[in-house]
Amino acid sequence: MSIAIQPGAADSTTKETPAAPETPVIELESLSVRFGSREILSNLVCSLRGRAIGLLGPNGAGKSTLINTLLGFYKPSSGTASVLGHDIRTGTRTIRSLVGYMPENDAFISKMSAVSFVQMMAELSGVPMAAALERAHEALFCVGLAEARYRQLGTYSLGMKQLAKLAQAIAHGPKLLILDEPTNGLDPSARQRMIRMIRDIRDSRQLQIVLCSHLLRDVEDTCDEVLILNQGRIAHYSNLEEERKANKRFLELETYGANGDFTEAIEKLGCECAVTANLLKMILADGVEVRDIYRIAAERDVRIRRLNFRRDTLEDIFLKAMGS
Amino acid sequence: MAVYRRTYTTYSGPLTPAWSRCLVLFRYSRRNLFRSKLQTGLFVLCFFYPLISLIAIYAAHNLSFLERLGANGQTISIDNRFFFYFINVQGVLAFVLTAFTGPGLISPDIANGALPLYFCRPFSRAEYVVGKASVLAILLSEITWVPGLVLFAVQSSLAGPGWAWQHLWIAGSIILSSLIWIAVLSLLAMALSAWVKWRIVAGALLLAVLFFGAGFAQAINAVMRTQSGHFIDIVYLMATVWTSLFRMDSERAMSSAEAWIALLGYCGVCLALLVRKVRAYEVIK
Repeated sequence: MSIAIQPGAADSTTKETPAAPETPVIELESLSVRFGSREILSNLVCSLRGRAIGLLGPNGAGKSTLINTLLGFYKPSSGTASVLGHDIRTGTRTIRSLVGYMPENDAFISKMSAVSFVQMMAELSGVPMAAALERAHEALFCVGLAEARYRQLGTYSLGMKQLAKLAQAIAHGPKLLILDEPTNGLDPSARQRMIRMIRDIRDSRQLQIVLCSHLLRDVEDTCDEVLILNQGRIAHYSNLEEERKANKRFLELETYGANGDFTEAIEKLGCECAVTANLLKMILADGVEVRDIYRIAAERDVRIRRLNFRRDTLEDIFLKAMGS
Repeated sequence: MAVYRRTYTTYSGPLTPAWSRCLVLFRYSRRNLFRSKLQTGLFVLCFFYPLISLIAIYAAHNLSFLERLGANGQTISIDNRFFFYFINVQGVLAFVLTAFTGPGLISPDIANGALPLYFCRPFSRAEYVVGKASVLAILLSEITWVPGLVLFAVQSSLAGPGWAWQHLWIAGSIILSSLIWIAVLSLLAMALSAWVKWRIVAGALLLAVLFFGAGFAQAINAVMRTQSGHFIDIVYLMATVWTSLFRMDSERAMSSAEAWIALLGYCGVCLALLVRKVRAYEVIK
């Protein structure tokens, strides 16, 4: 499956649309990964350029394997891939110097304080000692662990450990931040905090993000491009903003004073309608515009209280991809 | 940027050279070691015997000092036997220090899944092992061949250049015998630390490998009426190598070449165990 992906548009929460980078963030060239006789990733071909890319798929789809392969933890059985223009077979060290990685599982050193831990990780990425200490403090402030930064990591709650993992991933100032299930095990408020943090980092426009999750809400809230994997294959690629624009012909109307006559008049234009209580759902026929609906309503003295373009949610996109 | 500004900023400053990154691990691990008072106390205790040896060397060259101590007519001979005993005592202390220090090197990283965080950086598995091994290597060097060479230098200065030139091989033996023991202990401790998540269990296993190995070797030799059992006794292998290096007259059940090969084999096995375990993620096939 080959996907030609256009420059990613920013999420609606982004203040301005970022320019897509010339070099793809991730380029998969017939990438396959095999563990023993089992093929985990199968012939992936894709080029992703978005500012925030979501890797979505059910458990066991191969999302984490793809990330680990991009980081050079697993060797591809065939094909190759590149991250920020560097081939994963030959440029592993360069890729790792450009990437910040937040793994899925617990990853910390329990007897170390958060600030020492993040400083050490920054130093291992090549930041000099004094600068690493400063960056560690900044990163911990940035993720909201400022008050707890001198506490041992072993005493942290799960949510705090996730934040500490995020801090170590950004401390050395990477160009690409890879987040593997960042909201795993978080309660709703901690999840909200984490998502807000990821959005803030994304909106700083200083790095790109790859977010790997099986939680649709997480990806929908943060990403502008989504790659859906299923059973080690690409099930669907979606530019979320484009998808949303493409569904602008599906309307939901909340009306007052509407009767069968109003619905009939709309159907005569060729639109498909469904009525539930005060809600009228319709698909606009070709050539019919929203102003035609307003005109019909005015002619019949029907008040339109609310008109929504019903956009496909990521759940719809995901279910369609899984179904296909 | 001031820390109170809570926005993400990129880093554009200079980077340290790649070769120096494993020193970061050494620095943090070493700092961590000396947080324990027990560890620090043990380390200080390891200098007790070198101090006694230093006094002995001084006394050997100052008969008046010996007379004052009431040891009339007795002489202390500073020769290969003197340094052989020195290495033996320091070797035992090195083992005890390793049993306390070694298990805490890798197991905390594995227990809490921190290895992917090391290896997602421009930092290889070899650099990780070198960084961790350097902690033990330098620590054990400080209590074995470094004080050994200091004693040799003191003896040389007191006995004159003739003695030093004649016994230069002893300096080589001190270094070589210490290095092989350090290599065996470091690799064994790290391999056990990598395979056993619990620090205390890893320490106990290290003791078991050396003590039960010796007992098991004796049992094999007695039951099977052979001398091959000594190959699983690391202490015996080490003693054979040291005996040969210090040119001691002692009957051993195996040649020093066999002991060298066996010890290098153990080092190879430990390295293989480390390579297998020290990785970001294990693939379960």
